Amino acid sequence: MSLPSGTFAQSYGQDMALVRTKGKWVFFAILLVFVFTIPQWASNSTLTLATVIGITIIAAHGLNILTGNCGLVSMGHSGFMMVGGYTAAILSSKTATPFWAAALVAALVAGVVGIIFGLPSLRIKGFYLIMATVAAYFIISWLILQFRGLTNGTDGLTLPRANVLFGTITTKNQYFYMVMVLTILATIVAKNILRTRAGRAFVAIRDNDLAAEVMGVNLFSYKLLAFFIGCLFAGFAGALSVQFYSFANIEQFPFFDSVWLLGMLIVGGMGSTSGTIYGVIAIKVLQQLATKMGPSLATLVNVQAAVGLALILPGLAIILFLIFAPHGIAQIWERVKNYYQLWPY
Amino acid sequence: MTYFFQLVVTGLSLGMMYALIGIGFVIIFKCSQAFNIASGQIVMIGGYLAYTFLISYALPLWASIIAAIAVAIVLGLVIERLAVRPLLGQPVLSVVMMTIALAGVLDGVAIMGWGGEYLTYHKSLPNISLSIGSVSVPPSSLLGLIVSVIVVAILMFVFRFTKIGLAMRATAEDEQVTRSLGIKATTVYALVWVIACVVGVSGGVLLGGVSGVSPPLSDIGLKALAVVILGGLDSIGGAIVAGIILGILENLASGYLDPLMPSGGGLANVFPFIVMLLVLVIKPHGLFGLKRIERV
Repeated sequence: MSLPSGTFAQSYGQDMALVRTKGKWVFFAILLVFVFTIPQWASNSTLTLATVIGITIIAAHGLNILTGNCGLVSMGHSGFMMVGGYTAAILSSKTATPFWAAALVAALVAGVVGIIFGLPSLRIKGFYLIMATVAAYFIISWLILQFRGLTNGTDGLTLPRANVLFGTITTKNQYFYMVMVLTILATIVAKNILRTRAGRAFVAIRDNDLAAEVMGVNLFSYKLLAFFIGCLFAGFAGALSVQFYSFANIEQFPFFDSVWLLGMLIVGGMGSTSGTIYGVIAIKVLQQLATKMGPSLATLVNVQAAVGLALILPGLAIILFLIFAPHGIAQIWERVKNYYQLWPY
Repeated sequence: MTYFFQLVVTGLSLGMMYALIGIGFVIIFKCSQAFNIASGQIVMIGGYLAYTFLISYALPLWASIIAAIAVAIVLGLVIERLAVRPLLGQPVLSVVMMTIALAGVLDGVAIMGWGGEYLTYHKSLPNISLSIGSVSVPPSSLLGLIVSVIVVAILMFVFRFTKIGLAMRATAEDEQVTRSLGIKATTVYALVWVIACVVGVSGGVLLGGVSGVSPPLSDIGLKALAVVILGGLDSIGGAIVAGIILGILENLASGYLDPLMPSGGGLANVFPFIVMLLVLVIKPHGLFGLKRIERV
């Protein structure tokens, strides 16, 4: 973290603070005001986009801890979101559990499933682990379809309205506010997990796992912990996503979503909490742009053109970032900041 | 018993498809240590190309195959030059992520270019069939078998007996030494991608002829990854053996176990992944793969 000159810490509290400068406080205040006034001016589709971005940010934070910091690349994140989503859906539709409790249980269940599919990570890494998580996604979605009595198979499950601690959520605006509060909380939690003993152990494992083990990092427990935390976030996001549509279905969590989640990390900057947020916004906005261009493209190319464009644009973005800015938007932003701090030198 | 043999025979044809796609993957990995997750998408593009040349332009079979291969060569060169070469020297995972993004782009191109429709052209392929006793071998199996055998024979010949094959094997062994001996590694990489694309597209022409082309066809690329994991990432022979094993096992499993499943099964879609997970846990380097020892 680079600080402007003249900023220094006089106490441990100051040293540990997340926000160090006045400029940043002002920036965050403006950002908060902006985020929480979105429902006042935004159209319906923009509000949906903003809510989905919030939910995706929560899932991406989990993947950032798992992949960006612990170096365990998971291409099954969408599958773990599916576990969370279906757990929440089953609990709230079959047992009338309030949503907040269902979401917490969903997160825990997804975390435990994550540990189970994370077990191979003790023996394999790199490409082999990617393949194991790909297998995890397909096995999870197949199992969900098999337990028809519980999950309704391909028909999906309908959810009642969300019941949170202080009442029932009825409008889209209220849901947006709830998701935003949870997104901010998740961001703070994710940022702080990375500053704990476990977070430092994750980075040590990513940089060189053999060296980390020799230095006393227990690979077994920390790799599984990374999987647990990563899938905890995914499960919670899955529950939020299912509740947002009041409907749970396999189609909601396609395999390519895990690919885009990884792409968001690359575009934003692997390992950086703020980068994760930039990446999610960049990819989601690109996809929305492709969908918006759909009607005009439909006459030019073909009816499905928007679907194709929604795959091509983010794909190209990932390739371009890999080639020209492998550390993502976070690094570009850092460079810009350094430039104007040193200006005119 | 006839049922069993029928399942084995259809499994064999599926397995040869897997093997063909797996070979494309293995060649790239062997020579440049890069993982190509977009192999399924290349297969799908091959199917669409065959449709375009055979049906839309109504070319004869041989001309369509030559045209499809020509496009495949261009595709391989473009991918290598624009996307893979700038990433030379980057960590392995960047190349994996690049091919994943490439998979998205190729999927998108197929949807933009061909409307993502389900297209068939099986009538344009030669109709040869064979029956042994009560078991009939479908034409697709025969074609798949013949094409795979030809492709594997050509590749084996190129690898063993030609100068460029020697260069490829040398690059696979140690890129830096190869460069210092005056072999252009970049040329080898370009050639490797071209070969992989040609193999993938010819697989796609066949597969599209058997089952029709649509974007979900590219899912076979993910299943073929199970084949390469089982066979060992850097073994061409392993890809063939594992392809046949998995193809037959998958067919047997869905033939015998699907009726026992509570909701219809669909075991064929998940079986390769279960095998893949088991192989990864028990024997990560596969049947014939080179075991690498890691040091700090």
